[in-house]
Amino acid sequence: MPMKDPLARRWRKGGPGELRRPDDGADLSLLEDALQGLPRNEMSVIPALQRAQEVYGYLPESVLAQIADELRVPWARVYGVATFYAQFHLKPRGRHIVLVCRGTACHVGGASEILGALEERLGIREGETTPDLMFTLETVACLGACALAPVIVVGGRYYGHLDEAKTLAVIDMYTDGNAAPEVQP
Amino acid sequence: MQVTINDRVYEAREGETILEVALRNGVRIPNLCYDRRLAPTGQCRLCLVEIEGARGLQPSCCMVVRDGMVIRTSTEEIEDIRRTVIRLLLTEHPNDCLRCEANGACALQDLAYEYGVDFPQKPRQPKFEVNEQDNPFIVRDYDKCILCERCVRICSEVQGANALTVACRGSESVVSTFLGGTLMDSPCVLCGHCVDTCPVGALVDRKRLGCGRTHDFVRVRTTCSHCGVGCGMFLLVRHGRIVAVEPHHASPANRGSLCVKGRYAYDFPHHPDRLTTPLIRRNGELQPATWDEALEYVATRMKQTLAESGPGAFAGWCSSCCTNESNYLFMKFMRAVIGTNTVDNCARNCHAPTVAGLATTLGAGAMTNSIAELQNAPCILAIGTNMTETHPVLALRVRKAVQQGAKLIVADPRRTELADLATTYLPLRVGTDIPLLNGMMHVIIKEGLCHEQFATERCEGLEELKAVVAEYPPERVAEITGIPAEDIINAAREFGEAERAAICYTMGITQHACGTDNVQSIANLALLTGNVGRENAGVNPLRGQSNVQGACDMGGLPNVLTGYQRMDDPAVQAKFGEAWGCDMPAEIGLKHTEAILRMGEGQIRCLYLMGEQPLLTDVDVNHARHCLERLDLLVMQDNFPGETSALAHVVLPATGWGETDGTFTNTERRVQRVRRAVLPPGESKPDTWIICELAKRMGKDIGSGNAKDTWNEIARLTPTMAGISYERIEKTGLQWPCRTPADPGTKFLHADLWTDRKAKFMPVHHQPPAELPDEEYPLVLTTGRRLYHYHTGMRTHHSQGIDDVAPEELVEMSPQDGQNLGIEDGEMVRVVSRRGEVTARATFTRRSPVGTIFMSFHFRESPTNVLTNPVLDPKAGIPEFKACAVRVEKVGETAPTPLPPFLQKGGDDRG
Ligand code: SF4
Ligand code: SF4
Ligand code: SF4
Ligand code: FES
Ligand code: FES
Repeated sequence: MPMKDPLARRWRKGGPGELRRPDDGADLSLLEDALQGLPRNEMSVIPALQRAQEVYGYLPESVLAQIADELRVPWARVYGVATFYAQFHLKPRGRHIVLVCRGTACHVGGASEILGALEERLGIREGETTPDLMFTLETVACLGACALAPVIVVGGRYYGHLDEAKTLAVIDMYTDGNAAPEVQP
Repeated sequence: MQVTINDRVYEAREGETILEVALRNGVRIPNLCYDRRLAPTGQCRLCLVEIEGARGLQPSCCMVVRDGMVIRTSTEEIEDIRRTVIRLLLTEHPNDCLRCEANGACALQDLAYEYGVDFPQKPRQPKFEVNEQDNPFIVRDYDKCILCERCVRICSEVQGANALTVACRGSESVVSTFLGGTLMDSPCVLCGHCVDTCPVGALVDRKRLGCGRTHDFVRVRTTCSHCGVGCGMFLLVRHGRIVAVEPHHASPANRGSLCVKGRYAYDFPHHPDRLTTPLIRRNGELQPATWDEALEYVATRMKQTLAESGPGAFAGWCSSCCTNESNYLFMKFMRAVIGTNTVDNCARNCHAPTVAGLATTLGAGAMTNSIAELQNAPCILAIGTNMTETHPVLALRVRKAVQQGAKLIVADPRRTELADLATTYLPLRVGTDIPLLNGMMHVIIKEGLCHEQFATERCEGLEELKAVVAEYPPERVAEITGIPAEDIINAAREFGEAERAAICYTMGITQHACGTDNVQSIANLALLTGNVGRENAGVNPLRGQSNVQGACDMGGLPNVLTGYQRMDDPAVQAKFGEAWGCDMPAEIGLKHTEAILRMGEGQIRCLYLMGEQPLLTDVDVNHARHCLERLDLLVMQDNFPGETSALAHVVLPATGWGETDGTFTNTERRVQRVRRAVLPPGESKPDTWIICELAKRMGKDIGSGNAKDTWNEIARLTPTMAGISYERIEKTGLQWPCRTPADPGTKFLHADLWTDRKAKFMPVHHQPPAELPDEEYPLVLTTGRRLYHYHTGMRTHHSQGIDDVAPEELVEMSPQDGQNLGIEDGEMVRVVSRRGEVTARATFTRRSPVGTIFMSFHFRESPTNVLTNPVLDPKAGIPEFKACAVRVEKVGETAPTPLPPFLQKGGDDRG
């Protein structure tokens, strides 16, 4: 069967036998120090990713490729590990991480509305980061603070008994002040 | 060892798993994630069994048997679990069987049937987009994926491409490439292993979409048409078309593997450009004719030429893409009907030095060992071979050996994929193989690593060899080759210390003016270390074309008859003379390259070509064209018009692969069947029929042309193949020598060197390539093949999809050369040598060393061989394809680009 859209008439990859490297402008020279002392094998993938994430704040694509090359592990395998663990982030993360609880108690308490309000205010969907890298919006199953439901956590601080207005007020504090304001949980 | 399965006792072998014992004995244990080529993971939990005395149920695919084990494959508990597993899989699976390509060949469907489980009431919504635009060969639909990870594992464990992984986790898990990109942007080589192993319809071949499902096809077992590995395969045929190809899992050459060419370049027989009717040139134009007219015309003209100028005015070139039977009859025609020994085939352009060089040192010119043995060799020296591209499936064995801890020494000017795999990589300068090998032998002798007993007792000429290699201390070799002295010493130690070591080489060794010497040098190294005549060792020239081994075996050479029986041996002459009922021509014939010159001089007036396209493959093709233009009669017998039809006087349409019965002999000397699966287009006829008809019209009966009868005739006349018959190779091929009907064939050659025959050292000195770079032509051009195409691309260009992946010629050069030339990556450039020029796109790659550029000869738009140097190896007549001096110019610029002197140094920025 003919293909619907013929592929561009080009050789695959950068050249025969070579992969096109992701080019996202990350400064790969920082990796050298970060990987120091790690044995060059597959066992080192997780620690290498952890260290790289400390350096870059997240895991840029070119860094994944570079780590793979340095450790002599296939690129795909490093990608598999990086996506398996929740601790690794392949997208830049905001300065403030906003966690919205979607556990049962919070759900009953109106978590969906809160999430909707946040999405609208920040202009991003769940799992995304604002273009100014200020906020990353995420959801979790249960924060273990059901008594305070509905709950969100911003930058590690808990804010409970929220409604839409209160939620937006919390966000405002972070938007204006930048520093973590003192608020009663 | 014995185990009891379901109350019956079975023999088991050491190290086998329970599942393997069961499968071997036809005991059904359901399984989904098991593939005999892969390490078991115990993922799917379907193969659970109960083992007496063991706690809990065990996955039988992971459990190695122990003597006296008592196993039950089916209990209520087990069946419950299986049913649950299947139900869970179906909940996650789209209810798509009616439209699924895998319908009828799907393990999940079979299990659902077996266990009576159905899809849930509410079918699940699709989660993923079907990745259809990804590439021309493979469709990935991960909604149907059951996450058995077989594709991921086979891609890394067998193919070694490591293109795939499982990304994310839990319900989000999905098979993915790096960053979830397309296969085309991954290291995927489109080998189709993943499609082959996928138990469901998640991975399917794009080219067969909508062409039918498993029960619609007739499966015809045959051998791949492309390269000398000779992979066994099935053609899936429907409505008279070859619709798909599947690997043959029990074939010893490939064991269920194929490469992109074998798996996906199979539809060329159906290409509209095929020749369908005989053509005769009338008033300067090729015009359709009947077979009668065409054959009568050729016969008359041939008889006329024969009467006027005698048999010396004839040359015939047979082909390494045609069957053994065609090649045999062709050379019989030339010898018995015309009366000349000027028969040759394109092996002249690839492995003639092997035949010449190994015959003098060892006694036969062929791969001494078998493909499968490479996997168990503790050390492999791969020199001048880009085998991951040229012999992809054979390279899988080498890769496996490395995975198992074997040492791999790669000597190649280009940093090929194989070099990335090497434990020691020796980036030598083009054309410095002899000093490298001599240097290694120097170290081996100095450090006492040679096989004393073999080298002194079983070989002649050790002292001469010692004297020659004494002149090649590592320091000097380092200077010539550009490889650091320590690396040479290391490589020599790795090779010398290994208990057994195999050497593989291809065109990088032979296509030089000193090709025969190169081959002898390799043989010297093998003899010195006693690596000949033993298993898992040997000297292994990897033959190029699907039947190049066969074309030579069949006597498609000017100096030998079938099975390398020497033309100048009176006994042989008498035998064939009697069998063929003719006087055998006594004089040794002309080699391909010599014959061309005679055509230019007008001495050879008639050329008969069977499946040969000299205008793309020959060195310095411009000159070759001039020579061919002078012919009085050029008869071309082929599948496609090609370049040569522009000059041909008569064109005879032949049936090709997939339409012809016969045999091919692969690089490990294995004679294997090729079979007719579809009808040929138009009026094309088998080569064998054409030759026999032509002979009849010339007044001689050389047989009926029936494939089986022809083979029997070959076997009768060839002691080394006397034991091979169509009946015996019905299922699996046999490796010659195979002398009697009971002979199992020969796995490795020259075992007799250890007992009753002596080998000979042939020490050789370094000779630099004939044309070295200079101011005017400052770069070295080296040529070769690429993974996606085969040779002139007669078959690959005519197969859908291949040209999407590899559409045009590329001039590979190091980024540094590119910058010095002031060109951009991807820019069109003109490559100029003393003989001609070609335009093609430049590509920068770290695989090319500084000062050396690489091109293939697959594209008629960029006929690389107008550049190459026609200087010949005096011993084998092979031209120096692998080295010539060129310069590269920006297109539209006429002045030669001056190049800086760094080129003199060579190779320092391979990172
Ligand atoms: S086609 Fe071959 S290389 Fe590509 S993903 Fe499948 S197994 Fe891997
Ligand atoms: S794509 Fe096929 S082989 Fe790969 S994990 Fe899914 S079901 Fe298994
Ligand atoms: S081209 Fe060679 S390696 Fe590829 S499938 Fe055919 S015989 Fe096998
Ligand atoms: S449900 Fe939200 S904190 Fe437990
Ligand atoms: S086959 Fe054994 S667990 Fe899948």
